[in-house]
Amino acid sequence: MSMLSTTVSQNAGQGVREITLGQAIREALAEEMHRDPRVFIMGEDVAEAGTPFKVLSGLVEEFGTSRVLDTPISEAGITGLGVGGAMTGMRPIVDIMFGDFIALAMDQIVNQAAKVHYMSGGKLNVPLVVRTTLGATRRTAAQHSQSLQAWVSHVPGLKVVLPSTPYDAKGLLKTAIRDDNPVIYFEDKMMYQLKGLVPEGDYTIPFGVADIKRPGTDVTIVATSSMVQIALAAAELLEELDISAEVVDPRTTFPLDKDTLIESAKKTSRAIVMDEGYERYGVTAELAAVIAEGAFYYLDAPVKRLGAMDVPVPFSPVLEDLTVPTAASVVEVAKTVCGRV
Amino acid sequence: MVQPETSKSNAAGVSSGGTEQALWLVMYEQMLKIRFFEEHVNQLYLTAKMPGLAHLYSGEEAIAVGVCQALRRDDYITSTHRGHGHCLAKGASVDRMFAELLGKEAGYCRGKGGSMHIADQDTGNLGANAIVGGSAGIASGAAMSIKMRGSDQVAVCFFGDGALGQGVLYEVMNMASLWKFPVIYVCENNQYNEYTPNSETTAGEMSARARAFGILTEEVDGQDIRAVYDTASRLVERARRGEGPAFMLCHTYRFFGHHVGDIQRSYYRSKEEEEHWKTERDPLKLFAGWLIEQGMADSRTFEQIEQKVRAEVEAGEQFALNAPYPEPGEVEQDVYA
Repeated sequence: MSMLSTTVSQNAGQGVREITLGQAIREALAEEMHRDPRVFIMGEDVAEAGTPFKVLSGLVEEFGTSRVLDTPISEAGITGLGVGGAMTGMRPIVDIMFGDFIALAMDQIVNQAAKVHYMSGGKLNVPLVVRTTLGATRRTAAQHSQSLQAWVSHVPGLKVVLPSTPYDAKGLLKTAIRDDNPVIYFEDKMMYQLKGLVPEGDYTIPFGVADIKRPGTDVTIVATSSMVQIALAAAELLEELDISAEVVDPRTTFPLDKDTLIESAKKTSRAIVMDEGYERYGVTAELAAVIAEGAFYYLDAPVKRLGAMDVPVPFSPVLEDLTVPTAASVVEVAKTVCGRV
Repeated sequence: MVQPETSKSNAAGVSSGGTEQALWLVMYEQMLKIRFFEEHVNQLYLTAKMPGLAHLYSGEEAIAVGVCQALRRDDYITSTHRGHGHCLAKGASVDRMFAELLGKEAGYCRGKGGSMHIADQDTGNLGANAIVGGSAGIASGAAMSIKMRGSDQVAVCFFGDGALGQGVLYEVMNMASLWKFPVIYVCENNQYNEYTPNSETTAGEMSARARAFGILTEEVDGQDIRAVYDTASRLVERARRGEGPAFMLCHTYRFFGHHVGDIQRSYYRSKEEEEHWKTERDPLKLFAGWLIEQGMADSRTFEQIEQKVRAEVEAGEQFALNAPYPEPGEVEQDVYA
């Protein structure tokens, strides 16, 4: 469904086939590396191993070890190399295996990459992409399960991308690689096998354009990345209760398409905001504030937030599953905001 | 700016006496310019004409000048919070430097960087960095880019002994050695991490850190411009030939405090120690003595250089004082490219 509703800036007009989100990412990388010799990938186990998630499998065979570089386990160091490389004529893509590990690279991302253009009076650019992951429920506990997109969304100078479908993943990654700014691109580890329709060949999706993944009239559910599929599942369940939910995916937290969020909330008069980051001071807080401010006079209920529970992600499956919103929990909140309890 | 052709060859390549003399006098002029510049910066601070603060480079001039003289204009440097010397030595002009320090639009960063962030891509300066050790990644990444682009440029990363406490430096030195990046790590050991002597912060041997990565290491007297220049020239040409990174440990001393406001220093270093370095180990005095000894300069030569440099620095300062501040609309410009 995203195929129909998404803005497509370019389309080579080739066939459309069903591939996984992981394949869509690999395809975007390969096409961009063919298009631009300045693009290269570096990270831990990105070459022969193709990352633990096998997303990059085959790229080193196609492009060689000079463009797909296995690095030491040095997140700060490789991100720093990426910043310097980007400032001097290359377009590096740095792979940070788990989103939790961006903590190790934060000085390079926040104090270096994000600041260089402004601090130099606009003279130096950092066309860097940091690809990393988010998402819990893989039973990997507190240091391999966080969704830290709020951290980088907070910092001026960075752009933040949160694809939720194979189609969006490919088009947004191409835009990220062609952008002259540092872009942090989050992939949900649990969605690599998610299938969807993706055109062969080149197309890009502009940043800052939200996508209505499902139209509806009674309640707006704004959801990012891993939460989009949960929101869509909840919308199906709500349909049975005669509640029509509109699912809106901002796709980028910066730049943020405030207008589409606000217009949807004005139309439905009710809004729920979902993101897998911690709820406290999270992406949901910002999105809820945007809607509350922009659609205040149209709202029939307070904007509700649904993020990850404010605890370190526990290991035990019975505990871990409690920390992340589910379709059932969205339905309960939707019923409340629609006055159906 | 003074970046003579001779900078493309090392000292051994300077054959004729006349060319060598001219080269050394250019370097003396550069050092003196930095010294005067910093004296004016201090005065601007003391007379409350400069916002914020500044970390003066006085006493360490031989390192910036000796290293940058061994570089081409298109070679890269990254600098530090104590970076005015590096920027000037790489070719920045004093007027736009002063303008940046005063937050004026004519500054190198349109007034948005200030003293600690001067960047000038035209002279290969990828920026001064106010995170200690923060530019190690940028310099090493620039060297990686040089290698990937098949260029014969070289990148130099200036940092102080304080940066030896930062892990990212070791991460990138490891990769620079592994992949033979054309990068020179220039450690300016001025003996103090801000207000703390490095004897209290730095275990073991400084140069052993780089040697552990298999990086060629040289240790030089940072007050001796000739030693710095000769060593830098060798290491730079070696890197240019594709033979890999080097670590250059330069022993030096900062004549002023950590920054311009650091006036009371007796709790961390003695007046006697400062006097000793200023009278016995001043790189300008040592250099001038040698130039006289060699018959390359006399009092008249120094007078002429001093007049020229003083005029340049005074004019640059005046330009900056008279220059307009940025328009308010500038605040939101250049957040994104």
